Amino acid sequence: MSVAIDTGLGLTVRGLTALFNTPRGMALAVADVDLDVAPGEMVGLVGESGSGKSVTLRSIMGLIQTPGHVTGKVEWGGRDLVAMPAEELRRIRGSEIAMIFQEPMTALNPVLPVGLQLEENLVAHTRLNARERRARALQLMNTVGIPAAERRLNEYPHQFSGGMRQRAMIAIALACSPKLLLADEPTTALDVTIQDQILKLLLDLRDRLAMSVVLVTHDLGVIAGTCDRMAVMYAGRIVEMGTVIDVFRQPRHPYTRGLLGSVPRAGAVRTMLSSIEGTPPSLTDLPAGCAFHPRCSFATDICRQERPPLLSLGNDRKAACFHHDRVAAAEAIL
Amino acid sequence: MQNIGSGSLPLFSFVLRRILQMIPTVVFILVVTFVLVRLLPGDPASAMLGDRAIDADVERINASLGLDKPIPVQFLYFVKNVFTGDLGTSIALKLPVTTIIMQRLPVTLMLTLMAALLALVLAVPLAFLAALRREQTADAVIRGTFQVGLSMPVFYVGILMLTVFGATLKWFPVGGYGDTFADRLYHLFLPALTLAFSFSAVLMRNLRSSIIGVINAEYVDFARAKGLRPRIIMTRHVLRNALISTVTLFGLQIGTLFGGAVITETVFAVPGAGRLMIDSIYGRDYPVLQGLTIALAVLVSLTFLATDIFQAWLDPRVAR
Repeated sequence: MSVAIDTGLGLTVRGLTALFNTPRGMALAVADVDLDVAPGEMVGLVGESGSGKSVTLRSIMGLIQTPGHVTGKVEWGGRDLVAMPAEELRRIRGSEIAMIFQEPMTALNPVLPVGLQLEENLVAHTRLNARERRARALQLMNTVGIPAAERRLNEYPHQFSGGMRQRAMIAIALACSPKLLLADEPTTALDVTIQDQILKLLLDLRDRLAMSVVLVTHDLGVIAGTCDRMAVMYAGRIVEMGTVIDVFRQPRHPYTRGLLGSVPRAGAVRTMLSSIEGTPPSLTDLPAGCAFHPRCSFATDICRQERPPLLSLGNDRKAACFHHDRVAAAEAIL
Repeated sequence: MQNIGSGSLPLFSFVLRRILQMIPTVVFILVVTFVLVRLLPGDPASAMLGDRAIDADVERINASLGLDKPIPVQFLYFVKNVFTGDLGTSIALKLPVTTIIMQRLPVTLMLTLMAALLALVLAVPLAFLAALRREQTADAVIRGTFQVGLSMPVFYVGILMLTVFGATLKWFPVGGYGDTFADRLYHLFLPALTLAFSFSAVLMRNLRSSIIGVINAEYVDFARAKGLRPRIIMTRHVLRNALISTVTLFGLQIGTLFGGAVITETVFAVPGAGRLMIDSIYGRDYPVLQGLTIALAVLVSLTFLATDIFQAWLDPRVAR
């Protein structure tokens, strides 16, 4: 809400890398990630725990602190968020780019009323006076569907139910009408019916406020129901990318194929759910070559020696696999 | 911080409940004091008469003090007198105990208050510095210094302060208690600093580790993601949450601080309640000892009350 700038370009992430200095050595949590988010677009980021999806979001937001270190470019409205001075970044955070977290119980301050936690956002980024802030807060509570807003603003997070808490967090994130919302597993901590309501709310807000959304989740069902495009992450790297329809119809990376095969589907013939053998590699000790090769049934010698680059396969489709043709040609798993 | 609205009603009923809870505490204090004083060796009549004690005189004095009555009767008299503000007459000073206490207690209160404030002034910024520069030089220096403070006995720190700042540098008086308010602040500064030294070490260590715990909390990340100013993140989100456990410790330690005042007042020759207590123990001045114990115990439980109320204000979940 500060100075009007051209955010018509959306978000452009290039070579984003996050290194953590841990007692067991350097951990490469995010490696060389390229990601584009067009205005009004909803992009899904999917992967197992530890695949780097949350760290990617936090790196974009500039929330990584020592012992972590972020390099690369995060372009937003022609400016690079990574290289920007702290105070300039602060003005963008919460106003142009907002973020919501997985667990609203821990992400909301337990000792402050929800209204205060919402209004402090407005204090930081706008010149609204106390009465205008209250009015805006009430309006936001209505937008996200929290009834009895007047009373609830004075209440504390522990007085809210799980779903209402997540709505409150969304209201706080939306306070300054951000152009980009980074959502870090916003529905993981909620039960399924509430999950659905929150996703519908996000979609509805995206449409009404012409906002871009990056949705991080490990739930492919969530991606299928909401996103336009998706990126699959494994061991800190994007291994496959494309429109949700394309990726679901014909995965080009064995890991994506494995993920899709591990999701039960309604209406299909009942078959055994397949799981991906093995566990994700340690980030301090990645295997040589393709990080996925120890768990991959398509792996050959080259996979053990060389890391496959993320290649463009046309039609806005990318995959990082030497055998993407074989994967695509393999018998459909769905 | 805005904290009104529906939040104040549970707080009010919490305070009320908490005050009612003090009643059994006070009764317990009265019983314990009464019993303890009667368990002390020696009897007041002999103490008053010294070597010249003869049985007839001892009996006469015991009768005048009501010590010849059965114990339960003595207790009822005692309770009645306490609530009418009559704590008896000092055996040594021949003055009403209430008058003596009212004279001496404010000195100790002021000393304790100064020590508590000094401890906070030392502990809060240093805890922040140590927490933010964790495992770095500043952290090591701060923790090392306080470790020394924590390991030295209060009387030794007092004598050191007295020698260095009083006798050698002559910055502060070596004892006594001034006449005007400013003069008293000046006289009490060294004793208060002595008390504050070890007290702030305890507070600093506790606050440092709770700041480190809080600073990695998700809500602090969320506050940063909201683009709040660093100062607001540090005070409203970090300090306020970190203080919750430190406030509890602070309240619990106030009792220790009163105990420390007894020693400090002796070292610095401050005419406070601590000195009075030592004197009355040596002199078997039962009424004074009894009155002081009650006054200090009530003060400590009032401190606990204040601590609980402050904590409930900091953390609304407490007052639920």
